[in-house]
Amino acid sequence: MRLTDLPLRQPAYVDLIDWNALSASDGQRLREFGLCEGASVEALHHGGLLGRGPIACKVGRMTVAMRRNHAAAITVRTGPTEEEDA
Amino acid sequence: MTGLPLIALVGNPNAGKSALFNALTGARQKLGNYPGVTVERKAGRFSLSDGRPIELVDLPGTYSLNPTSPDEQVTRDVILGKQQGERLPDALVVVVDASNLDNHLRFALELIALGLPTVVALNMVDLATRDGLELDAAILSRELGVPVISTVAVRKRGLDHLRTELESMLDGSAGKVRASTDQLDFDGLRKEARRIARAAIVRETPSRRMTAAVDRVLLHPVAGFVILLALLFVMFQAVFSWAAAPADMMEGWVTALGETVTAILPPGILHDFLLQGVVGGVGAVVVFLPQILILFFFILMLEATGYMARAAFLMDALMARVGLSGRAFIPLLSSFACAVPGIMATRTIADSKDRLTTILIAPLMTCSARLPVYGLIIAAFIPARSVGPGIGLQGLVLFLLYVAGIVGAMVAAWALRLTVTKGQSGGFLMEMPKYQWPRPQDIVIGLWQRAIIFLKRAGTIILMTNIILWVLASFPQAPAGMRQSEYSIAGRIAGGIHVLVEPIGFNRDISLALLPSMAAREVAVSAIATVYAIDAGDDEDAMNRTLGERLQGRWSLATALAFLAWFVFAPQCISTIAVTRRETNGWKWPMFMIGYLFALAYAAAGLTYWTAVALGLG
Repeated sequence: MRLTDLPLRQPAYVDLIDWNALSASDGQRLREFGLCEGASVEALHHGGLLGRGPIACKVGRMTVAMRRNHAAAITVRTGPTEEEDA
Repeated sequence: MTGLPLIALVGNPNAGKSALFNALTGARQKLGNYPGVTVERKAGRFSLSDGRPIELVDLPGTYSLNPTSPDEQVTRDVILGKQQGERLPDALVVVVDASNLDNHLRFALELIALGLPTVVALNMVDLATRDGLELDAAILSRELGVPVISTVAVRKRGLDHLRTELESMLDGSAGKVRASTDQLDFDGLRKEARRIARAAIVRETPSRRMTAAVDRVLLHPVAGFVILLALLFVMFQAVFSWAAAPADMMEGWVTALGETVTAILPPGILHDFLLQGVVGGVGAVVVFLPQILILFFFILMLEATGYMARAAFLMDALMARVGLSGRAFIPLLSSFACAVPGIMATRTIADSKDRLTTILIAPLMTCSARLPVYGLIIAAFIPARSVGPGIGLQGLVLFLLYVAGIVGAMVAAWALRLTVTKGQSGGFLMEMPKYQWPRPQDIVIGLWQRAIIFLKRAGTIILMTNIILWVLASFPQAPAGMRQSEYSIAGRIAGGIHVLVEPIGFNRDISLALLPSMAAREVAVSAIATVYAIDAGDDEDAMNRTLGERLQGRWSLATALAFLAWFVFAPQCISTIAVTRRETNGWKWPMFMIGYLFALAYAAAGLTYWTAVALGLG
């Protein structure tokens, strides 16, 4: 499922990132935040009064915020966090 | 510059670099600019244990040596020895956050690979312990191949250790830097960082993370929003209520200084000049120092605790509606203090149209230079009574003026996004730092620097403008029966302006203040003070009344309100215009900004005046 559909506070890991859906600089920033295939993620908060705001999620030990269009480019898988070889 | 050994502090944003910098250098800091770019250079001095002085420079935080903004470019260029106006550092102190090792070590590895003498400061160890992490600095040091020192910026022991390490490093071989880091592969570094981090973490007890618990409340879609608004409201109330006592005290000093001038100097032109032009004018601005410091106190606290990023998160959905990035919220919030650093802070916005829109609306945020103007008018015309428990009417009016600026900015952003900065909106990508208690020392240093900047402004740009104004307003001498402020050169210029602004309720006093306050908004206050002092001349009664009391006698409430509305929008600040020109590389956008803001100011003042008159307040 996409990161946008991940229920809050359910540990998951990144399955696939559609880098082509992101601009080069946004892609670089996400990578610098530690987002990569295999990274552990957990959605923590949905922002915005009407729920259409950004998503705050935990990536490794960091908390990062991103808009839904970025989160939609990230496919995640729940289940036991298979300790990433990454 | 100096021949001292140079050490650069470098690391990720939120690694606690500035706190470490403050702890090492204390008050011995110097703010400047790198030549050719508008990036701030923050340098300071400290001594090694043998007394040798060292120059320490705090480089802008960045996630890698692959820059995406001018700030990050400076960090890269300094470290590679390519930055104009800066020598190659003799050593690097790489600051990493102990509780975010995986991520910060990747950048640390990138820096170590450059080959400069390097020490790693394993910072914020206390916060890592709080989160249940136990680390072994010795393992880390062995794996990285450079000394690693555990530091907590408030504790002396780690700092002493860091000094000793730097000392032996500087005694060693001089640094050479490898020309390029391009061959380093990002994924390889990431994997290596991860491996080292795992080796260095000796124990990890799952503990209740304070940040996550607090975020549940502060980032709650409803509660979080209410708290944000309440915080801003308290901030603006405090600006008025806390500042009252110190401001009265300073006003007392200014009056006493004026009396001293009168006592020492014989009546004459020098006496008038000092009393009216210098003490009266500059003094009228300086008494607002407490209010400005209270405002900065709140902004520094919001930044230091980590709340600022949460505010940006909460605001992003709203910002997106007017086509802005949530990132724009931080420059805009800084613009409440001053639009100049606010506009410079827009460099963290990657999308060029997002950035331009943010620059164009930044001057609408109520900067601290408006406080003297708002403060004077509100104190003179708005009764100090309570309109509810803990809510004063004066504070409420001030809050509404801030809201007017924000609403104006949002509407302007929306309109600009549909017209001159049309295009796809950029994104919002941001790290949310851990919450932490601000170190009192950091807040004090921050406030001290702001106070110095404000007093320097009062002593230079405001003083100069005021001296020129005094001369223009004092000559030629008016014959008996004529008002000096109308007969003088300044009065005649004001007469010309008056024709334009009379329809929106502005009197001659205001017309006279508008031109000099192009230099800086506070000048409006000092200009009015100077002109009244000249008009009062030797009339003791008039001299003994405060500026506010004199205004009450000369302005109607409708005029006062129109004046407030004007200042919400008017782009009266040379520094803002200059920084806009620099940041947009030309005159096109600053001219556009001046034009649209004056048009808005005129319309807002006019609407306020006509409405107030219709309500019988004229």
